[in-house]
Amino acid sequence: MAKIIVVTSGKGGVGKTTSTAALGAGLAMRGKKTVVIDFDVGLRNLDMIMGCERRVVFDFINVIQGEAKLHQALIKDRRLENLSILPTSQTRDKDALTREGVEKVLNELRNDFDYIICDSPAGIERGAHLAMYFADEAVVVTNPEVSSVRDSDRVLGLLSSKTRRAEKGEEPVKPHLLLTRYDPARVAKGDMMKVEDVLEILSIPLLGIIPESPTVLKASNIGTPVVFDKTSNAGAAYADAVSRLMGEQIEMRVLGPERRGFLQRLLWRTA
Amino acid sequence: MTLLSFFRRTPRVSSAQTAKERLQILLAHERQDRSGPDYLPLLQKEILEVIRKYIQVPGEKVEVKLQRGAEMSTLEIDIELPGAQALNSKRNIPSPAFAR
Repeated sequence: MAKIIVVTSGKGGVGKTTSTAALGAGLAMRGKKTVVIDFDVGLRNLDMIMGCERRVVFDFINVIQGEAKLHQALIKDRRLENLSILPTSQTRDKDALTREGVEKVLNELRNDFDYIICDSPAGIERGAHLAMYFADEAVVVTNPEVSSVRDSDRVLGLLSSKTRRAEKGEEPVKPHLLLTRYDPARVAKGDMMKVEDVLEILSIPLLGIIPESPTVLKASNIGTPVVFDKTSNAGAAYADAVSRLMGEQIEMRVLGPERRGFLQRLLWRTA
Repeated sequence: MTLLSFFRRTPRVSSAQTAKERLQILLAHERQDRSGPDYLPLLQKEILEVIRKYIQVPGEKVEVKLQRGAEMSTLEIDIELPGAQALNSKRNIPSPAFAR
């Protein structure tokens, strides 16, 4: 029986899709059968970040509306056999997503996978609501910046009231904080909130600290989830977060952006 | 400014510290508001109804201001009542336009 995890934030552009791709790929690397689902109907993007945009035939909405079978819409990752992607529709409007449809698809996926990662759209509208509705756990992606923290707080309120677990009076959705675009140098200067500050405000367990890193953009450029780059700090930080998501206790590291050594810089310039 | 005070400058509050404090104050209020309905429009409507029992006030002459603080919040309701001139001009029959 799969665990359903929603990756959400309220605010856009904080790294939900990057994090969905990285956590999904990371779990698959650790041997877990994982499927990542794009809930951002009309603005399909997870397929690009995962590097399978040219293999999309059918999508999530086609399955919900009975126009395709689930196995036809699922795309198997070429790098990791445990990883599948369920892309969203680019043409339909967000009303095409229904609670009954989502539930049916999730129930079908539950038997075949260990983890179902739902990539929520920004905002708190239908897509975001349905992405979190059936979740068992939530990864709240937050930047150390006022509007992002505020929106995360709002989303935490919704997770504890507008989800199936909340409505049925079951054990609440378990939240995790994933702090992204963290820059220790700016924190040291007092220009960016510290991890401790954000934790004190949101008071939920910390899943990981992802440093601001040029590797993230490079990874999305080539359509490879950033965890594949084990040498990068962002990749290593996501790998740590994956371990914690699997329940392992590992020490929290605050990694900085990659710094090139003198020789590396010299070589890089001439390259 | 003495030479000593130059060396003893009080440390500047960092912008990150300001961010944290602003969030703490705001979120304390927003979390509270979330549990109940948005009462401000209703409050404004009901106060206006009470006042209209006695005086005619147009809806747009009401201003509701809320200042949220850490220690306390203030709700300021500013209602502009018609002045003596406005009241008099209404009573002048015929109106000034016809009084030539």
